[in-house]
Amino acid sequence: MTYVQLTFFDLAGAAALILVNGALSLAFRLGMERSLAVSTLRMCVQLGAIGFVLKFIFAQTSPAWTLGLGLVMILVAGREIAARQETSFEGLWTYGLGTASLLFVGTLGTVFGVGALIGPEPWYTPRYVIPVLGMLLGNTMTGISLGLDTLIGAARRQKAEIEAQIALGAARFEALKPTLRRALRTGMMPIVNAMAASGIVALPGMMTGQILSGVDPVEATKYQLLIMFLIAGGTALGVLVAVLGAAWRLTDERHRLRLDRLRASRG
Amino acid sequence: MALLDVAALEIPNLAPVSFTLERGECLAVQGPSGTGKTLLLRAIADLDPAGGRVFLDGLERNAMSAPEWRRHVRYAAAEPGWWEATPRRHFGDAVKAEALSKTLGLAASLLDRPVAELSTGERQRLALARGLMDDPAVLLLDEPTAALDPKARSAVERCLKKLLTAGTAIVLVSHDRAQAKRLARRKLAIAGGRAKVGAL
Repeated sequence: MTYVQLTFFDLAGAAALILVNGALSLAFRLGMERSLAVSTLRMCVQLGAIGFVLKFIFAQTSPAWTLGLGLVMILVAGREIAARQETSFEGLWTYGLGTASLLFVGTLGTVFGVGALIGPEPWYTPRYVIPVLGMLLGNTMTGISLGLDTLIGAARRQKAEIEAQIALGAARFEALKPTLRRALRTGMMPIVNAMAASGIVALPGMMTGQILSGVDPVEATKYQLLIMFLIAGGTALGVLVAVLGAAWRLTDERHRLRLDRLRASRG
Repeated sequence: MALLDVAALEIPNLAPVSFTLERGECLAVQGPSGTGKTLLLRAIADLDPAGGRVFLDGLERNAMSAPEWRRHVRYAAAEPGWWEATPRRHFGDAVKAEALSKTLGLAASLLDRPVAELSTGERQRLALARGLMDDPAVLLLDEPTAALDPKARSAVERCLKKLLTAGTAIVLVSHDRAQAKRLARRKLAIAGGRAKVGAL
């Protein structure tokens, strides 16, 4: 496999394009210059660091190092879910729900996808496990964020409708059924849209990466399809676990709607 | 034995509330706005967590599931919620729904109108009809005629009197003192952080 190696001058040329974003922000007074600079810097530092970390971990082929990095990825993704919520649960519930769902999906998806389907030798080879887990977590995280945000937002807006059903004798999940349905649909929408657009509107990132590094496009497509199926299944499971967990926490054993367990909205 | 027995129910900013209610009796809850009248009804219906005990026919509410409790002890909110497009979809038995609507002075055709197009008074009466569908033993009514004209109010009061005669017990929150006198003999007066039962 051959590919054209990039120099720092190539990267600097590409980075110059960020100036377009900055100019846009200044011209239209969007006030995004600072967040743009911070985000750009964060991306460079994070990606630069992970490049070296991955190089080190790939050289170890140790299950402990792979597991350690996987856990860190899950914990950070869980924090990202909590940070994206307009309204969260009191305490660590939102973080816990997001992280637990990602842990479940990440473990199941990676063991099934890498261990059972791809089957490298040994199965925990970090070169396979880490990228697959990363793609799985990145997409599932978006689905869970959207699902939780939709559920909690709808429960607050539709308090009267939900409590009217509860007052008439409905059980908690019965009263929350339309809200749950909407949250599940919203959480799964991005991956359904991504599958529909794949190959026509955009070439997915992993496939592009493999093609650029010299892999046969048909082989790259097979990997991409496998990943997309894993992400689709993982997102569905993750959103389901997180949304059901949130619905359980939004109500109690006497089937009451417990909006008092939420923290005041941000902003 | 009293049909409803409320024993030291804990409502925020209110001393523990206790009272009993017999079959066919209406208790009028009176007091300035913001003193906890709605919270009291919600606590009896077990919609908010509250310390204290509530019994129905001698049976403590924790002895039955919460949905079952609320099928017997029915709370009707001052601003009822609707989760389907038309009122009819909220009722199981169409014949009974139409009969109840008629009793409350509403045309049966209103059941098929979009909820969003109904007036506040129509929605309030339809919500009351919805709450009566499975014949609850106790009704907890929060300002059931607040948005009604005198004719509609009379229709609701006639319906409530019929229910009282049939043995239903009613806890009625109403700012209308004349209405309270027409329906109830006793009141629960809330003032200065205390709720006190007395004659009307």
